[in-house]
Amino acid sequence: MIHAEGLTKVYQMGDNEVRALDGASFTIEKGEMVAIMGPSGSGKSTLMSIIGCLDVPSSGQYSLDGVSVESLGESGLAEVRGRKIGFVFQQFNLLARTSALENVMLPLTYAGISGKEREKRARAALERVGLGERTHHAPNELSGGQQQRVAIARAIVNEPTILLADEPTGALDSKTGVEIMDLFQRLHRENGQTVILVTHDAHVARHTERIIRISDGHIVSDEANPNPIQAGAPRNDE
Amino acid sequence: MLFSENFKIALRALRANKMRSVLTILGIVIGVATVVALLAIGNGATASITSSIQSGGSNLLTISPGRQQQMGPMAGQSRQVSHMYYADYQLLERGLKTNITAIVPVYQASYSVKFGDESFTSNVIGVMEAHKDVRSFTVAEGRFISDGDNKAQALVAVLGGTVAHDLFGDLSPLDKTFSINGVKFQVVGVLESKGASLGSPDDSIFIPIETGYKKLYGETALYNNKKTVNNILISVDDTAAMDTVSAQATYLLRRSHELKPSEEADFNVMSQADTLSTLNSVTQTLTIFLGAIAGISLLVGGIGIMNIMLVSVTERTKEIGLRKAVGATRNQILTQFLIETVTLSLLGGIIGILLGVGIALAFSVSGLISSVITADAILMAFFFALSIGVFFGLYPAMRAASLHPMVALRYE
Ligand SMILES: Nc1ncnc2c1ncn2[C@@H]1O[C@H](COP(=O)(O)OP(=O)(O)OP(=O)(O)O)[C@@H](O)[C@H]1O
Ligand SMILES: [Mg+2]
Repeated sequence: MIHAEGLTKVYQMGDNEVRALDGASFTIEKGEMVAIMGPSGSGKSTLMSIIGCLDVPSSGQYSLDGVSVESLGESGLAEVRGRKIGFVFQQFNLLARTSALENVMLPLTYAGISGKEREKRARAALERVGLGERTHHAPNELSGGQQQRVAIARAIVNEPTILLADEPTGALDSKTGVEIMDLFQRLHRENGQTVILVTHDAHVARHTERIIRISDGHIVSDEANPNPIQAGAPRNDE
Repeated sequence: MLFSENFKIALRALRANKMRSVLTILGIVIGVATVVALLAIGNGATASITSSIQSGGSNLLTISPGRQQQMGPMAGQSRQVSHMYYADYQLLERGLKTNITAIVPVYQASYSVKFGDESFTSNVIGVMEAHKDVRSFTVAEGRFISDGDNKAQALVAVLGGTVAHDLFGDLSPLDKTFSINGVKFQVVGVLESKGASLGSPDDSIFIPIETGYKKLYGETALYNNKKTVNNILISVDDTAAMDTVSAQATYLLRRSHELKPSEEADFNVMSQADTLSTLNSVTQTLTIFLGAIAGISLLVGGIGIMNIMLVSVTERTKEIGLRKAVGATRNQILTQFLIETVTLSLLGGIIGILLGVGIALAFSVSGLISSVITADAILMAFFFALSIGVFFGLYPAMRAASLHPMVALRYE
């Protein structure tokens, strides 16, 4: 469970203060699938980085499964990232010249899991994203959609409770984007993982069960989406 | 995380930028190769000079003119501040009695020598019969200069092995007549080769010293109308008596040169041990000097590595952010980058050692100097390279480790 109370993040830019987040409060239950929307610069990535324990808020409270992040030191945060969080990025962020399999094994390496077990789990994760055949391809030998699948395999390989995706379809065409959304929905359905994704695209957002809109660091709306689109269904917003 | 995995990551990163990696380690390669080669060559040179000095006999005293002893590279320019005279030799011959095997004067100069069409400049040494035993020469053919030759001022010569070959080729030199500075001499003997060592007779021609004064040297051997010598050699029968004999010789010479007690002597009495210690101090200075140069080159190499690693950290900001995002701790990133730098510098160290050993061996094979490669030198070079990796890798690794994990999400 994610619980945030009055989250504020202030960046110091010379003499200027940038309030990237300004008192955001919300709760996300285990197993929810949520979209975060908002204009550029509204603080979405900042919010994701705090949820994902990449950063800590300037003020306000954030707790993950009842544990307050302020109490964790730098290495405590690293451990939480490795164990509970899976990150998916807009630009995939795969290691170049490194096979899909080795990219997926990366989080397990840092978690201290031994070689054999690591490979077994990484292969299983690649199977689940439909890339069982492409384990030895380097990123530059894969399409954008396939690269994002590798990145998703890397995010789920540690069986994290929370999957965070910052514009996961932003670098993909709409057809491939839909395939990625299908994958997120499947992971959410089959494993009950909490999925939080940031998107500009209202159609992508409607694949989730709840849409939080933010603007200037504030939450401006937080609504349930009772009938999420199932990926692959025809678009109805154009 | 295991060392081997960090090592694999490091190798992959270095392979990704092959040319850059090669250029980066060049400084270390050159530095380490220099250290290894210099030590090997220096050790070899010292060993061969030491053994050749010792082969000259450990109970030999050499008296030479001069207020200062000059050794090493500048020896040729030592200023000739005083002279030794034939009279000094006669004085010592008369004055020194106990523990003496032989006392001989030496006058040496360069002259052009000629036989048939063959003509070159050679070192001509005026000697007495006892010279052969004092310098432990072995006669290969014929005989050495005798006291009779000196008495008769005979125009006879004994040749070193190389000179004999250069002058007469495959002909037997014995009884042949050749000219030194236009004066005809007859060959009465040839010495056995001693090889290229200090004081080797191979390149010299020996004549009776008295013949020299009368028929060859002319005015040049005179100073204030007195016959001069280059050295006086004293062979002592007991190594333990060296100091006593040396002191007696010094006393006799000071008295005859009318030196006041406060005055510095205008001659030097050197034993083989003195020569060795002078030589050692020279080689030590040289080693320190060359070591400093090699050290500077290693330092520059280290700074080069640090520079490239800092660039690499900047370039790989996104990668570092990602590693942190998937759970890498500060220490794991620090270790990864440190191992990368150490791998670079060790690679440079190993290539440098191979190169240095190669250079040293090339010197040996070419016959210039038989180099001596020691395990010590190689180990030292290895650990030097290792510590440079750690020292210069620490700062870039710390930079990498302290990057904020947020860069995974932001940095483009
Ligand atoms: N490290 C930083 N230093 C200073 N200001 C920052 C920093 N990071 C973010 N900001 C500022 O905080 C605000 C929110 O940024 P953020 O990246 O969270 O927006 P976003 O909603 O993700 O935008 P986009 O849709 O363009 O990705 C912006 O005004 C941005 O300029
Ligand atoms: Mg953003």
